[in-house]
Amino acid sequence: MSDLAAHADPLEELKQTNTGVENKKMAMWAFLASDCMFFGTLISTHLIYRKIYPTVVDPTQIFSIELTGFSSFILLMSSFLMALTVSSAHKGNLTSMRTFLLGTILFGGVFLGGQVYEFSHFVHEKGLTLSSSVFGSTFYTLTGTHGIHVALGVFWLAMWFFATLPKKFSQFTREERLPAQLITFWVALPVVMVLVYFIHHHSTAYLLIAAGWLVLFPVLMLVTTPLRGRYSHVNALDVETAGLYWHFVDIVWIIIFTAVYLVEYL
Amino acid sequence: MSTTDATYGIWNRPLKKTGIVGFLTTVDHKKIGIGYAIGALFFLLVGGVEALIIRLQLMVPENNLVDARTYNELFTMHGTTMVFLAVMPLSAAFFNYIMPLQVGARDVAFPRLNALGLWCFFVGGIVVNLSWLYQVAPAIGWFGYAPLTTKPYSPDIGTDFWIVGLQILGIASLAGSFNFITTILNMRAPGLSMMRLPVFTWMTLVTSFLIILAFPPITIALVELMFDRHFGTHFFDVGGGGKPILWQHLFWIFGHPEVYILILPAMGIISEVLPVFSRKPLFGYPLVVFSGAVIGFLGFAVWSHHMFTTGLGIVATSAFAFLTMLISIPTGVKIFNWIGTLWGGRIRFTTPMLFALGFIWMFMLGGFTGIMHSSPPVDAQQQDSYFVIAHFHYVLIGGSIFALLCGIYYWFPKVTGKLMNDNIGKLLFYTIFVGFNLAFFPMHILGMTGMPRRTHTYKAEMGWAEPNFWSTIGALILGFGILFVVIQLIYSCFRGQPSGENPWDARTLEWDTSSPPKEYNFGYTPVIHSRDQVWENKYGAAEKKMGKIAPGPHGIHMPDQSWWPLMVAIGLFISGMGVIFHHQPMSTLLPFLPEGIHFHILYFTGFGMVVTFMSIILWAIEGPGGYHLHPTAEELEGAVQPDPQQGGHH
Ligand code: HEM
Repeated sequence: MSDLAAHADPLEELKQTNTGVENKKMAMWAFLASDCMFFGTLISTHLIYRKIYPTVVDPTQIFSIELTGFSSFILLMSSFLMALTVSSAHKGNLTSMRTFLLGTILFGGVFLGGQVYEFSHFVHEKGLTLSSSVFGSTFYTLTGTHGIHVALGVFWLAMWFFATLPKKFSQFTREERLPAQLITFWVALPVVMVLVYFIHHHSTAYLLIAAGWLVLFPVLMLVTTPLRGRYSHVNALDVETAGLYWHFVDIVWIIIFTAVYLVEYL
Repeated sequence: MSTTDATYGIWNRPLKKTGIVGFLTTVDHKKIGIGYAIGALFFLLVGGVEALIIRLQLMVPENNLVDARTYNELFTMHGTTMVFLAVMPLSAAFFNYIMPLQVGARDVAFPRLNALGLWCFFVGGIVVNLSWLYQVAPAIGWFGYAPLTTKPYSPDIGTDFWIVGLQILGIASLAGSFNFITTILNMRAPGLSMMRLPVFTWMTLVTSFLIILAFPPITIALVELMFDRHFGTHFFDVGGGGKPILWQHLFWIFGHPEVYILILPAMGIISEVLPVFSRKPLFGYPLVVFSGAVIGFLGFAVWSHHMFTTGLGIVATSAFAFLTMLISIPTGVKIFNWIGTLWGGRIRFTTPMLFALGFIWMFMLGGFTGIMHSSPPVDAQQQDSYFVIAHFHYVLIGGSIFALLCGIYYWFPKVTGKLMNDNIGKLLFYTIFVGFNLAFFPMHILGMTGMPRRTHTYKAEMGWAEPNFWSTIGALILGFGILFVVIQLIYSCFRGQPSGENPWDARTLEWDTSSPPKEYNFGYTPVIHSRDQVWENKYGAAEKKMGKIAPGPHGIHMPDQSWWPLMVAIGLFISGMGVIFHHQPMSTLLPFLPEGIHFHILYFTGFGMVVTFMSIILWAIEGPGGYHLHPTAEELEGAVQPDPQQGGHH
């Protein structure tokens, strides 16, 4: 690093490659190209078997398209929030970046929750399992792989969120709006779960999730202590790279939602 | 960025550069390359021993050296070992060691990811070969066709070793390829445009793209197979509605690009060596590069020529036959360009040159038989016969192995600063050449007269005894030839004559640094003005000579070493073993334990996953780290100070 360059914007300096694209971003693009082939294989497997066995299973009897439609919408909106996160990261606006990051994580979580609900519903009420039919095998493998992608994304974004927090708890109150953001995030999920319990149906699972989250979140705050205070402006690139991944996973879902769910209703 | 604080993570970082710790935590692409080479040569010998047992069994009719079951295990493990554990990693060794030097970079883009590739290669190789120790080697053929691989037909865990081992090897290849793509596209020295890149680096790039696009289908296919075997899915299980033909498609969508993954690096090496020993630039450089890329591209469109006899239908079969024949055009273009390079050159018959010439000839013979079975009716005759074995050993040994040996002889002085004795090298070349042809040429005839592959013995009345006998003699000669190359290699590491920096009067940038290169490769940033830069430095016009930019006052930034790549690989090993032994009693995994212990071995997988994840997190927290080194004044002779406007490259 020469003297002058060290004073320049560190993010700009990372762009000084032959292509003008930062190394991390380039590697992420390569990974996404590869991931296309992963999903391409899974989706074709599913569609091929759908074509061979058009009538063995009637998916419209199994799917609850309203729920999946809703969670797909949420996932798309999370992409929107992700874009806002990246933009505020580049502007160096930590407060709004945290808000949008939490929103992205929350929406990703809602999608995952929807998928867990969907899977357990299909298994217990509709009798569709990995081994019940070829449809079950291909459906769960495909959507499960996508779910793992979302879960990893949530995990990754959460790491960056914790990294943006100040090193010491005592400094938390000095950060603009941080306590409010954290508390909202902490109670939002339990509130929703309790509402679902009363409105939708009285399953203790919802209450357990609510209680679990209330305990888990402070624990998370503690165990992620080594992460805190590590975020600096150069890391906007890492957030952007995570964002690329996130958008990709969402785009894949659009394809899966169309090819696996929507076409069944034509 | 440039922290010199080695305790940036939670624990101290390893600092020792030498000894076991230094090797296990290294992030230096040169040491990693050597690690790949050691592993690959070891597995080359293992696969060779397996091949020789196969050949000894077939030496005389109705032999009973090994039984049919063991024979099946031998050819499965031979094919798997040679493809995934010998040729691919040996190519990866050259990618790692040579490519960053050829582009004038200090290291690859992500040094720790590179180390992960190396450790996953070792772990994958160990997993596949552990099946020998548990005496359940897979017996499914190297392409593992369903339904043979499904639980009812292969109930023992040999197939699971194969599945899990290949998955981990896939991670190794993918991790390496993302790295190489980024390095080649992004980290070239100033002035080194894409059309000035050495052809070997170009082929590294094309191969890396093939890997990242071809490995996902096999990974998914293996996951599906694993689910079939362990969790009751029906992807390939006929009883449950699965279609085994799907496996064939998925395997060969990977498998055909895979054979180009094996041959393109070889072509890259040949394109480096021929110009050096003809003392002429490569003839038709843009065409050689372009046809390499076309081969890679078309490689994705011909997979079904491995399935002509499965009844794909007239249209599909004709289309795939046409595309297959099409591939011979860019391949032929390359061969003519190599011949054009030789034409009128001042040829020096050194050992690497002999291997390169042998490559052209032998690879062409393999290519000719390839064109023969690109025609479906012909293929219907040759499918699954020894003719096919002859074909692909001509391209894999006469092609890949010859070129890789060529690369070893050519770059050995670069890596060690020592010479390998040229006369011994030539002698070994002729041994290998004669042994190889004696071993494999008769197989053409055997195949034509109907000897099927994967057959553990044959009756004397078939009239196959004599060619088989000579073939085995040839294989023994070939095997000893390769063994002695390895011995000569090890010997020369210790006793070789000093080589000086550029013993061959070679042309490309890697010969500009000292041999062996310093930790930081180049003390300065090279500024490139022509394609054969080192040649032009010596013989070229003034405006074609290389410029040098000294590093800034801080010196050269080097990344710190790390334990986490190794730990990630160990985590994968534990979880892999958990999957393999899932459903088995504890005493199969650890035979010294008493029987009757009830423990769900799948828990190991959970534990391994935790190890992997924790290591990834700690890897992220630790960051690349780094410290600075200062090249000597002597190295910086003639280098200009960096232009502060531009921002230095280090
Ligand atoms: C010492 C040199 C070698 C000898 C003597 C040898 C010999 C053989 C023989 C006789 C077979 C046929 C077995 C059968 O079908 O019954 C075979 C199969 C095979 N060989 Fe080699 N081989 C050698 C090196 C290599 C190399 C370097 C590669 C790859 C790079 C390779 C890849 C394969 C593959 C993929 C198969 C097919 C295995 C299968 O049918 O599943 N071999 N080899």
